[in-house]
Amino acid sequence: MWNWSYAAEILPTLLNALLVTIGATLAGFVLASILGILIALGRRSRFAVLRLGLQGIVNFIRSTPLLVQLFFLYYSLPMILPISLSAFTTGVIGLGLHYATYLSEVYRSGIDAVPKGQWEAATALDLSPVRTWFSIILPQAVPPIIPIMGNYLIVILKETPTLSAITLVELLLTAKNTASVSYRVFEPYTITGILFLVISLLLSFGMARLEKRLNRRHTA
Amino acid sequence: MSEPTAETKSVMTLPREEVVSPLTGEPIVQYQGVTKTFGDLEVIKGIDLALYPGEKMALIGPSGSGKTTLGRMLMTLEEPTTGTILIDGEPLWQMKTSSGKLVRANEKHLRRMRQKIGMVFQHFNLFPHLSVLRNVTLAPMSVLGLSKEEAYQRAVEMLTKVGLQDKLGEYPSRLSGGQKQRVAIARALVMQPKVMVFDEVTSALDPELVGEVLEVIKEIAIDSDMAMMLITHEMDFARDIADRVIFGAEGRIVEQGSPEAIFEQPESERLQSFLKRFR
Amino acid sequence: MSVPWLDWLPLLGEGTLITIKIALLSIAVALCLSALAGLGSTSPIIIIRIASRTYIELFRACSLLVLLFWVYFALPFVGVELSKLWAGVLAIGLNIGAYGAEIVRSAIFAVPKGQYEASLALNLTPTERTWKIIIPQAVARMIPPMSNLLIELLKSTSLVYFITLSDLTYEAMIIRNNYYSYTPYIFALLLGIYFVLSSSISITMRILERKFTAWR
Repeated sequence: MWNWSYAAEILPTLLNALLVTIGATLAGFVLASILGILIALGRRSRFAVLRLGLQGIVNFIRSTPLLVQLFFLYYSLPMILPISLSAFTTGVIGLGLHYATYLSEVYRSGIDAVPKGQWEAATALDLSPVRTWFSIILPQAVPPIIPIMGNYLIVILKETPTLSAITLVELLLTAKNTASVSYRVFEPYTITGILFLVISLLLSFGMARLEKRLNRRHTA
Repeated sequence: MSEPTAETKSVMTLPREEVVSPLTGEPIVQYQGVTKTFGDLEVIKGIDLALYPGEKMALIGPSGSGKTTLGRMLMTLEEPTTGTILIDGEPLWQMKTSSGKLVRANEKHLRRMRQKIGMVFQHFNLFPHLSVLRNVTLAPMSVLGLSKEEAYQRAVEMLTKVGLQDKLGEYPSRLSGGQKQRVAIARALVMQPKVMVFDEVTSALDPELVGEVLEVIKEIAIDSDMAMMLITHEMDFARDIADRVIFGAEGRIVEQGSPEAIFEQPESERLQSFLKRFR
Repeated sequence: MSVPWLDWLPLLGEGTLITIKIALLSIAVALCLSALAGLGSTSPIIIIRIASRTYIELFRACSLLVLLFWVYFALPFVGVELSKLWAGVLAIGLNIGAYGAEIVRSAIFAVPKGQYEASLALNLTPTERTWKIIIPQAVARMIPPMSNLLIELLKSTSLVYFITLSDLTYEAMIIRNNYYSYTPYIFALLLGIYFVLSSSISITMRILERKFTAWR
């Protein structure tokens, strides 16, 4: 049932594909983090149109599957706009947009947790809004939410196989291709599953330790 | 703050059994050499104390003196570290096996013993998802096995006693703190325990609501033969209704006696300085 | 040019029904597992606690799509052959159930300790304490996070497209083969249908919440 020599034979191929998976994960996470903060800031805007518009968009993106969003981006966007994106770029944009909506909520909880006195102090010091945000509020809002953001890094990692639907040859698609050549499916899919499991368990273990360290620093 | 030295210890334990309860007969509750340790902290450092049927006993003392723990051990919410608690002469936390050996009590034994004890909590602990009526009828129906009608009748009787007969259908969230605590009292009373523990029942209330709750307890104290253990910071209240007052500090009984003795002629320095804060 | 919406209706309708069917079956599996593992992780019996924790940690760390592939393509090689529908339901149920168990567990722990103490002081049996006092209050706390989780579940049903189960997404891709030039419309419509389905979940859950928290 389990063929060790076959497993050893395909492992290098799979590990190579893992690099694509990790690349898409990291790029998607960075994009989501940046867009997420912009959404969070926009949702505190004075302009109701911006606030409500963003709320609607966030709600829509969170209510629809990433897979369909990827299809839309990959297959329809080139028909609407004069652009053509690679599978990798589309995948990263899809992941980034989708999880930005989740991360914006995380940022929001972090920002809400900053004491009101900090805003008042910034006002009293006559700091500009940009200065207030980037020197006073965000440096206090972000560290406590780092563990939650870390959890989303893991979530994004686990979602990357969806990118195979738009022909990105990441780990799962590589396993599928390997299986279709050899007609042995058990080893490639099992190895793929274990790789995802191990990486996400390691990451969540790391996050738990980080959280403990952060907690200690904050209570000190 | 500091541990009591050998000298202060002897002073503190001096008047322990000097005053016997004004009531006689077999004690209903006996603490025998009871200690309780939480982690490294010894909160009860050896208590011997008896409560007699119908007796109203007030426990006073600074916070951290272990009064609440004493009540919680009786309600089986905490297990003593060493020592024995007897109810009607029977160990609460141990039971006899068929061979006559004393072993740690199981849930069945605890449930039988618990039947005799009731408790009213500082934070009411009403069941928020049940109406006032259901809060009071729940235990009589499922524990005492009363029919719906019997339970209803008893509940209404108790709720009338605490002056809340017009709130039967309300949820606790709609009541004031004082009303909540009165429901909690009715809920405990309806089980007809032999001993009732009142654990700082007014400490969580707004000052203007304290009176109505104390008034209800006073009435119950007067017309019921239930024994009461009143853990309280309300000195006037303790003086009014207690047959005996126990003053404890740092896990020991420092002084006990009649309300007159305790409040008019405190002997120990600890009690004198404690009482000064309430004048 | 006019968009041939009406031509798409039959296929999309069928796909929607399949998606709803998968979602409902997966919800049933996921809720059962959530309750079992969630209550299990508060059990006084250590083996039950370890088994629940292991399930929760393992399946939360799992990538759902990889799990689906493994269940559908790899399991037959060890003699377990499931239909497309049941492979999808099992994979989604196992995955979402692990997250649901965490919701159940934290809702139970969030019920104030005084509630347990009061029910003990009234001499309720351990079973009554759990089912009459703790669980009803915990359920009220579970509903909002469960609402979000069920929307995640609905979204994840689209992954059965990968094992060619003819759900909503799959049918849309079929339509796209025949109406290639209308691709943007097809996907926009598809997103719209998913949005309506998600919204009906959140509306249902909001009604449930109001019902379960009338006492607040």
